[in-house]
Amino acid sequence: MQQVFTKAMARNIFLGGAVFFLAIYVALSVDTWRQIPVRDHASELSAAVRHGKYLVDSNNCIGCHTVNGEGAYYAPELGNVYTRRGPDFIKQWIKIQPTGVPGRRQMPHFDFSDAELNDLVAYLQWLSHIDTNHWPPNAEG
Amino acid sequence: MNFRSQLVAKPYFVAALALFLGQILFGLIAGFQYVDGTFLFPAIPFSVSRMVHTNLLIVWLLMAFMGAAYFIVPEEAQTELYSPRLALATFWVFLVAGALTILAYLLVPYSDLAAATGNAMLPTMGRGYLEQPLPTKVGIVLVALSLLFNISMTLFKGRRTSLNVILVGALWGLALLFLPAFYFPEDTVKASYGWWWVVHGWVEGDWELILSALLGFILIKMTGVDREIVEKWMYVIIAMTLISGIIGIGHHYYYIGAPEYWIWLGSVFSAIEPIPFIMLIVFSIRMLLKRRRENPNQAAMLWALGTPIVAFLGAGLWGAMITLAPVQYYAHGSNFTAAHGHLAFFGAYAMVSLAIISYAMPLLRGRVANGIAAQRWEMSGFWIMVISMLAIALALSGAGIVTAFSQRMGDHPLSFMDTQAQEQVFFWLRELAGVGFLAGLLAYLVSFFVPGEAGYDAAVKRALS
Ligand code: HEM
Ligand code: HEM
Ligand SMILES: [Fe+2]
Repeated sequence: MQQVFTKAMARNIFLGGAVFFLAIYVALSVDTWRQIPVRDHASELSAAVRHGKYLVDSNNCIGCHTVNGEGAYYAPELGNVYTRRGPDFIKQWIKIQPTGVPGRRQMPHFDFSDAELNDLVAYLQWLSHIDTNHWPPNAEG
Repeated sequence: MNFRSQLVAKPYFVAALALFLGQILFGLIAGFQYVDGTFLFPAIPFSVSRMVHTNLLIVWLLMAFMGAAYFIVPEEAQTELYSPRLALATFWVFLVAGALTILAYLLVPYSDLAAATGNAMLPTMGRGYLEQPLPTKVGIVLVALSLLFNISMTLFKGRRTSLNVILVGALWGLALLFLPAFYFPEDTVKASYGWWWVVHGWVEGDWELILSALLGFILIKMTGVDREIVEKWMYVIIAMTLISGIIGIGHHYYYIGAPEYWIWLGSVFSAIEPIPFIMLIVFSIRMLLKRRRENPNQAAMLWALGTPIVAFLGAGLWGAMITLAPVQYYAHGSNFTAAHGHLAFFGAYAMVSLAIISYAMPLLRGRVANGIAAQRWEMSGFWIMVISMLAIALALSGAGIVTAFSQRMGDHPLSFMDTQAQEQVFFWLRELAGVGFLAGLLAYLVSFFVPGEAGYDAAVKRALS
């Protein structure tokens, strides 16, 4: 075995395999990059949606929630919360936090203005329209 | 240990273990908040305890990898480290920056931290594992550059073994793969797509190279097996890692808005990702069977054998269970993912760090191996931590399965919060197992304070003095 399959051959498989599959990945990513704006309606990324996204990120919402399944598993999915609850519920919900119910998981109070709440909801609405190959399986997320 | 400059690895290892303890304490807080949602609220909301837990994990693993590099690269290159003083200064910079960041998480609301650190100018905050404010991220890059400069110069002036080239190359890869952390597009789908370059790129790509290099080094040193054989194995293993893992990243693209073809590509390629982990097991066992000498450091042997096995269970087995698109449809973003994340991170990267520490620390403390009593403590720690982590993974898997059935299937799915209430028993079990894990970690840490050296060498030393 020592002679038949040498270390140099193993190294070449490593380098060749890495370069080959990296090249394929880059090519696929270029195509994915072209398709994403269609699948997520990037043309609807208005100033309000962008600001809503900034609020979600800079308050670390995914420290408890998931967005399209990514984040933490402590609180409900946000990718489809707009479909599940609608805009008014969401705004009201954020305003009345925390519930303070003993033992129940608590969401912190975020001091958003009405304008900020509108932007946030605009972003959540935008999220709910992404073509995610039919995930989550139902509205519960 | 043959070179004085290797001593600089010691503070890195000590700090890694201290931060590991911190990680576990905050894991226990977050775990308890799962069963009592008002615990420590609003002083430490769950998002904060979780962020401290996961960020400490990353920081202590990086500490351990850096310590390993400063220990291994000179030894392999057969020359002193290029600049031990730079390595020591870098250590303090990293430790202080890390500590300040954790303190900021605990003391300042996240959005205020973002506002105070220029996040609006270049947004990078608010993504899993990459929550650090901009100055910390820049600091991480600078620390990495200092490490890379130091070990690359060492590599160039000394012997260039394949093992050393792989290790140094993989550390370059680690730093390069961190750079997408600065790219956070406003399009959420593109942002997710790029986030996985860091996360998947690290744990299922580059870090597996580091894992192989550390294990390979330990095995060469402990068994005396011919380096050519070890290095050939390493190349084959890391070849399989990248052949499966690069396109395997597609298993994160099924349900985030990326095109449908990733469902096929991701499933096929990620399904073969367990192969390099299986090969790691075969490799370690074969090298240990071929060993040409008995090493008195039995604890290090245990870690070296345990690492590939638990890594396979966590990454290979638990990962494979959720990697096929039809299964992930129900498991995605559930506590099943957390079960896999825990067992894989622990089995692969925590355990290999503890393995190299177990091998190197006695040498850094001027002995071939610890005494029997210390090794008993260490090996008890090994078993208690491994068994507790398996229990954590089982409990979280139970919770994930309930989510799949109650919340995601059927005509009358339960809401998220109602489903979580059903899973309460699993969260209690996880917390219980977590306390077990802490006990194991404490037993492990005790081993460092038990005096004594391995019998034979201690006897020789006494006779010579
Ligand atoms: C006492 C033991 C531990 C407890 C109680 C614990 C608890 C937790 C909790 C509650 C979370 C948040 C889950 C969520 O997002 O809902 C978490 C996340 C995480 N922990 Fe731990 N943990 C422990 C030990 C560890 C260890 C030893 C490791 C790795 C070496 C680890 C790695 C992680 C990772 C990677 C995540 C993020 C998982 C994901 O996003 O899927 N934890 N842990
Ligand atoms: C040591 C190597 C590995 C580590 C440390 C690791 C860790 C993780 C972590 C922490 C996550 C959760 C990320 C998040 O926060 O969202 C994750 C997700 C995932 N991992 Fe791994 N992983 C490893 C290897 C593997 C392998 C080999 C496979 C496949 C066979 C795999 C399959 C998956 C899948 C499918 C997900 C996504 C789960 C979901 O959709 O929620 N992993 N991994
Ligand atoms: Fe992955």
